[in-house]
Amino acid sequence: MGRYVVRRLLQMIPVFIGATLLIFLMVNVMGDPIAGLCGDRECDPATAAQLRKEFGLDKPVWQQYLTYMGNVFTGDFGTAFNGQKVTELMSTAFPVTIRLTLVAIVFEIVIGITLGVVTGLRRGRPVDTGVLVLTLVVISVPTFVTGLLLQLLLGVKWGWIRPSVSSGAPLDELILPGLVLASVSLAYVVRLTRTSIAENRRSDYVRTAIAKGLPRRRVITRHLLRNSLIPVITFIGADIGFLMGGAIVTERIFNIHGVGYQLYQGILRQNTQTVVGFVTVLVLVFLVCNLVVDLLYAVLDPRIRYA
Amino acid sequence: MTTLTKTEDAAAPTGADSFLSVRDLKVRFSTEDGIVKAVDGLSFDVERGKTLGIVGESGSGKSVTNLTILGLHNPRNTTIDGEIVLDGKELVTATEKELEHLRGNKMAMIFQDPLTALSPYYTVGRQLSEPFMKHRGASKKEAKDRAIEMLAKVGIPQPKVRFDDYPHQFSGGMRQRAMIAMALMCDPDLLIADEPTTALDVTVQAQILDLLKDLQQEIGSAIIFITHDLGVISHMADDLLVMYAGRAVERGSVREVMREPKHPYTWGLLSSMPRLDSNIDEMLEPIPGAPPSLLNPPSGCPFHPRCAYRDQVSGTLCTDTRPPLGEGRAAACHLTAEQKQTIFIDKIQPRLR
Repeated sequence: MGRYVVRRLLQMIPVFIGATLLIFLMVNVMGDPIAGLCGDRECDPATAAQLRKEFGLDKPVWQQYLTYMGNVFTGDFGTAFNGQKVTELMSTAFPVTIRLTLVAIVFEIVIGITLGVVTGLRRGRPVDTGVLVLTLVVISVPTFVTGLLLQLLLGVKWGWIRPSVSSGAPLDELILPGLVLASVSLAYVVRLTRTSIAENRRSDYVRTAIAKGLPRRRVITRHLLRNSLIPVITFIGADIGFLMGGAIVTERIFNIHGVGYQLYQGILRQNTQTVVGFVTVLVLVFLVCNLVVDLLYAVLDPRIRYA
Repeated sequence: MTTLTKTEDAAAPTGADSFLSVRDLKVRFSTEDGIVKAVDGLSFDVERGKTLGIVGESGSGKSVTNLTILGLHNPRNTTIDGEIVLDGKELVTATEKELEHLRGNKMAMIFQDPLTALSPYYTVGRQLSEPFMKHRGASKKEAKDRAIEMLAKVGIPQPKVRFDDYPHQFSGGMRQRAMIAMALMCDPDLLIADEPTTALDVTVQAQILDLLKDLQQEIGSAIIFITHDLGVISHMADDLLVMYAGRAVERGSVREVMREPKHPYTWGLLSSMPRLDSNIDEMLEPIPGAPPSLLNPPSGCPFHPRCAYRDQVSGTLCTDTRPPLGEGRAAACHLTAEQKQTIFIDKIQPRLR
């Protein structure tokens, strides 16, 4: 187990370097960051050159990358062009997004798995068909449509919630955005759980559990559910990273000042430091989530543990 | 238990004091293609301490019958008629709660494939302990002691260490032993073994069979032993039931049926079994054709399309009328006793000797 973790941690290094390098190059190709800094006006060539020198942008890209990564490892993500430290932006943005992701994950687990189990146990019944159609609708409609529609109905028309989230982003205001953010993954969780349950329900070891005289409830929770949730947990774990980075649309709709919002602003204003900094942290989050999922997998499935 | 009005069945064997008695059992599955008559009017009895062997080809309804006894069929597409009485208790009409209490306690089952029948995510010890804790209200500690005792009894070395192993860490033979240990945790009065040795090699197979016999002598339970291996059955069983297309075609003691089979299907089964002491030049004679579809079983005697002796029965008796299975030692066939005798002596006996 220990060796496995070490090996996985070592594997993360090349992935991390590759991913950040790719981001770095892409941002550089995106356009001249100095041009973005000057706004809509044409830059004064002398000022531009001076700024270029100041930010080290006159050096070759590989050197820029090395300098940047060196700084990152000392905890310095650089300064955004508006003078704010990128770490400062992160410290305000990440807690908000983490809260939003948390709400979304709770929805996925509670609603997703419950519906999945119910439909999996009642396959072919009206409940099952109904939920299946519903998930299909949720999957096929883009998030910005569901988001805007719910915002319009619940927030504006009926006034049940505040249509936009205040800057502090307290948990209760994040419920609807969390649901919107979770919606597509939620639908997948339902389908995944349903298939897994329905498949395992006919399995021999579930039959053995019944043949042992265990009550139905115990058969379902101990034997069926435990074994069926392994793929679902893998999916949800990998989804955490996706939700944190992919909240751009949801955060825009509900005006949440989280990671997605900052990334959007960074891209819009060609703010290299912000974009690269945030994406670097997201890459790390992805890697850690995947590692945790793999370790969890080994904890849940003894056949992998000893392999 | 409520007294049920018993359906009079002429073919019912006598067995007033039998421990398990199955009367006119009919199991039907509704599928997309139609209704499958998996078991069609089956009756048999098992006494305490005795072993009933059930043989037949794949799909003859052996496993379905026994899953039905434990109530493990899928209730959504299965309809069951007839009676299953275990020690005076009617099982077909029993509630799920009552069955729960009996399963693993009074009646237990050893499944065919121990790799898939054991849950891969729990230790063997834990899976063994579960029924003991449920039925005997035992503590974790008591259940563990019992499980280790049973593991030792079925011949698993170092049972204390093996208790905490997972099924995938066991070999095939050991898994089957663990499966047997699990079925015997609560000293069941009825043990159903569904081809327990099919997945094992011959040496392990012999060990497992001996183990089952020893344990039966110790506990005194009744065993239903399902197999398609006639060699195994002659070693294990006291009585024998030959099934074909969801029906019993021949019944009797193992000795009677193996020595002097009376049904053309049993003749076929025995003739297709290789023997060590037979002449090398002698060809094995398989039964022609394939088992019938149970969606649309043949009219009359279900074996008539494959029967080699149909022409000896006058008229269309075989295709029209289903031959009844008499009481006790009997075979469901339209051939007269003399005809059977002649055919057996002339054609079958030379092959068996």
